[in-house]
Amino acid sequence: MTDTAPTLQVENLETHFFTKDGVAKAVDGVSFTVGRGEIMGLVGESGSGKSVTGFSVLGLVDPPGKVVGGKVLFQGQDLLSIKEEELRHLRGNRIAMIFQDPMMTLNPVLRVDTQMIETVQAHDASVSDDEARARSRDALGQVGIPSPEERLKAYPHQFSGGMRQRVAIAIALLNKPDLIIADEPTTALDVTIQGQILYEAQKLCRDTGTALIWITHDLAVIAGLADKISVMYAGRIVEQGGLGDVLDHPAHPYTCGLLGSVPGHNTRGKRLYQIPGMTPSLLKLPKGCAFKERCPHADAACETAPEITHPVEGRALRCAHPQVDLAGVAS
Amino acid sequence: MTVFIIRRLIQSIAVVLVMSFIVFVGVNIVGDPVEMMVSDEADQAEREKVIKSMGLDKPWYIQYARFIGGAVQGDLGKSFVYGESALKIIVQRVPATLELALAALLMAVVLGIPLGVYAGLRPDSVGSKTIMAGSILGFSLPTFWVGLMFIMIFAVMLGWLPSTGRGDTVALMGIDVSFLTADGLSHLFLPAVNLALFKISMVIRLARAGTREVVHQDYIKFARAKGLSNRRVVLVHLMKNIMIPVVTVLGLEFGGLIAFSVVTETVFAWPGMGKLIIDSIQSLDRPVIVAYLMIIVLIFVIINLLVDVLYSMLDPRVRLSEVKS
Amino acid sequence: MSDAVTSPAPAPAEAGAVETPFRRFCRDYAESRIATGALVVLVAIILVALLAPWISPTDPYDLASVSILDGKLKPGSQSMDGTTYWLGTDGAGRDLVSAIIYGLRISLGVGVMSGVVALCIGTAVGLAAAYFGGRTDTFIMRVVDIQLSFPAILIALILLAILGKGVDKIIIALVIAQWAYYARTVRASALVERNKEYIEAAQCLALGHNRIVFRHLFPNCLPPLIVVGTIQTAHAISLEATLSFLGVGLPISEPSLGLLISNGFDFMLSGLYWISFFPGVALLVTIVSINLVGDQLRDVLNPRLKK
Repeated sequence: MTDTAPTLQVENLETHFFTKDGVAKAVDGVSFTVGRGEIMGLVGESGSGKSVTGFSVLGLVDPPGKVVGGKVLFQGQDLLSIKEEELRHLRGNRIAMIFQDPMMTLNPVLRVDTQMIETVQAHDASVSDDEARARSRDALGQVGIPSPEERLKAYPHQFSGGMRQRVAIAIALLNKPDLIIADEPTTALDVTIQGQILYEAQKLCRDTGTALIWITHDLAVIAGLADKISVMYAGRIVEQGGLGDVLDHPAHPYTCGLLGSVPGHNTRGKRLYQIPGMTPSLLKLPKGCAFKERCPHADAACETAPEITHPVEGRALRCAHPQVDLAGVAS
Repeated sequence: MTVFIIRRLIQSIAVVLVMSFIVFVGVNIVGDPVEMMVSDEADQAEREKVIKSMGLDKPWYIQYARFIGGAVQGDLGKSFVYGESALKIIVQRVPATLELALAALLMAVVLGIPLGVYAGLRPDSVGSKTIMAGSILGFSLPTFWVGLMFIMIFAVMLGWLPSTGRGDTVALMGIDVSFLTADGLSHLFLPAVNLALFKISMVIRLARAGTREVVHQDYIKFARAKGLSNRRVVLVHLMKNIMIPVVTVLGLEFGGLIAFSVVTETVFAWPGMGKLIIDSIQSLDRPVIVAYLMIIVLIFVIINLLVDVLYSMLDPRVRLSEVKS
Repeated sequence: MSDAVTSPAPAPAEAGAVETPFRRFCRDYAESRIATGALVVLVAIILVALLAPWISPTDPYDLASVSILDGKLKPGSQSMDGTTYWLGTDGAGRDLVSAIIYGLRISLGVGVMSGVVALCIGTAVGLAAAYFGGRTDTFIMRVVDIQLSFPAILIALILLAILGKGVDKIIIALVIAQWAYYARTVRASALVERNKEYIEAAQCLALGHNRIVFRHLFPNCLPPLIVVGTIQTAHAISLEATLSFLGVGLPISEPSLGLLISNGFDFMLSGLYWISFFPGVALLVTIVSINLVGDQLRDVLNPRLKK
């Protein structure tokens, strides 16, 4: 483990699904970096490959999916080339994941304490039951679950949705991970609970230096949370950069479209923008730029797939027709 | 909960009464009990005497009441063949049948669940396709014919295992059992496999279907994301979820094992109550037939009642239906 | 039948004008090679059973042509007068090929007959339960549930213990043991259909009970009924064989496959395997092919499994 290496550096990650109808490139050359204490928002519509990116990092892609290329460097160590047993020891220990639907992530037939204690002991068998229980209780308290001692003995169905997500987060925090991948963890929750969880997540990263990848389709959530943002479309990153940079000066027409379709103060009374068309099937992607059929600026140049470019330091873009002059904005 | 149990209890008693009535009508009205009791050379006066002594000159409802009254006191008549109380003869045979059925149940669980889970985890592997083909065969093969083939192969041709009887038994808490002696165990093996075959196929299918459903649930992926070993994910997280339907069905099917033991016991000459009923039907030993039918109805009603009650106790805790929907 | 076609038919609408539902059904069915093979085997078995008196090499129950001297011959042996017994002979010197062909005839006959009667009774009861609902439904389904909690073999055994042996008696026993499966199936699918708008429309038109039930409700319950009917028939054949083997089913005068196997049981311990083995194989092939056809029918007829 080197101090200089970023917590997570993903390079040209490729994950393909080998289905009966052909190969779906769910993740196609994705690169990003997340440093200590940094929060990256990974944004995209459903089916854009953002969840699969998260699973690829953890080595949890189910068949017929398979990681076929690229590098996943966690603190300088390539997770794609290490043994399954070593990777298992990183999962839930150094890298934790939180899932979208709190109703489905906890095993309905096991008590909460069982599900928490096993997480501790899976990575350190020397921890006694009592100690693991104490740590579990503290973790529940940390995420704001009242009377954690009693709640440990409960079954998941005895919790509300928001409480279950807190339990899931507590499980993710149990081993004080260096990286948390959160896959739309607040989508299924009430707005008030969403706010509390976002606040706690931010606080955690500041206090402990944990890096966080927040996968979502909701730009509004990212706007209040992340340090940087990566926008995915059809398995590729189309735009990347610091939060303020991207939100204030979106260059890719898709990012512009996403931003335009967020309702806000100054859009009252106006018709909300809507990106025309639907996410294309990964099995039948158009030739060239995957977004061209929905893009108002598409022309002959989009017939060849645009390469990723770095117009300014810290920004990445995959488009033949940037909507702003990034170099000009930066100067 | 209490209301539920009481309602089920009343229903069970009603079923026993209805079945006893059917058996009574079948044996005493459709059949002719007098024919059974008197010899062919008996004259009219002798017949009259028998009819009177059996109360057959009374209206049917009084006859039925006497029948039930006797049944409640454990008096279901004397066996023509053995000359003893029919009930007693059957009760003596119950342990052998239970031992066979339990051994088969154990095999269904011990073999069926791992095979089914394996087939569910690796649906496309050759091993799992073989297992599934085997389970289709297990469903289609008539039990009695498989039993015959077992005897032919393992007893006659290879001479590895005995083909008939219980072998040596020892008393366990006053009940004779086979499974504690080597000889008894060797006698028990073939009949138990034979009886279990159908249930193994069924458990394989249930476990496979359950596994395929559960393995794609988020909580399994989450368990893996927590860094648990595959062993723990499968043995704890997956198994606990598929066990509930499997155990329920197996509980219900235990009665089926007892019913099908009639076939296996006949093939392997296993001295249980199933062989007894077939022998009694052949020798027209009517009191034993009636007693057997009443006891088997009672056993079934009790099994169904127990499974119902147990399941209703399991259900609110688990709420699998809620998760599944 | 035009009513059935205008109502949501089992085959989905996208079958299109060119492809009739029947053709589509055939194509879907033929997708599985195993199932197609099973269907071919099954048709062959049925033909053999139907044509038994014409295709069987000898009449096994014509006492004049059976000689006890030919008894217990091995498969492939020749008789005194030169005919070859491909599968051997039984204890009484009957040619096993012929005995199996005639046995199939009886086994299939009993299975199909009891299946058809049980199907009719079960369908009528199930439709009545679903259509009238309320107390009728509750009562009927309670009876069905209680009956289904007893294994079919036990019910058949109880009945035969009371009734005695005989073709008519075993058919009665099989019908009583099986009607409840049909009733439950029909009721379940009829309940789904009943709540659809076209039934409401038919009721608004003040059509009679009979017309609604038999012209509208019934055709839509057919697909699951066909599937259950196939599998239950296989079950009935297996059950009849088992009961006959136990000596409580058919009398000696009606030698079904189960009785043939039972006859061979005594010889098996002395190593004369073929007398039980080949009738068992015939029984097995029959049951497996019916089950495979049934499984494929379920996949093809179940719209939920369609891609």
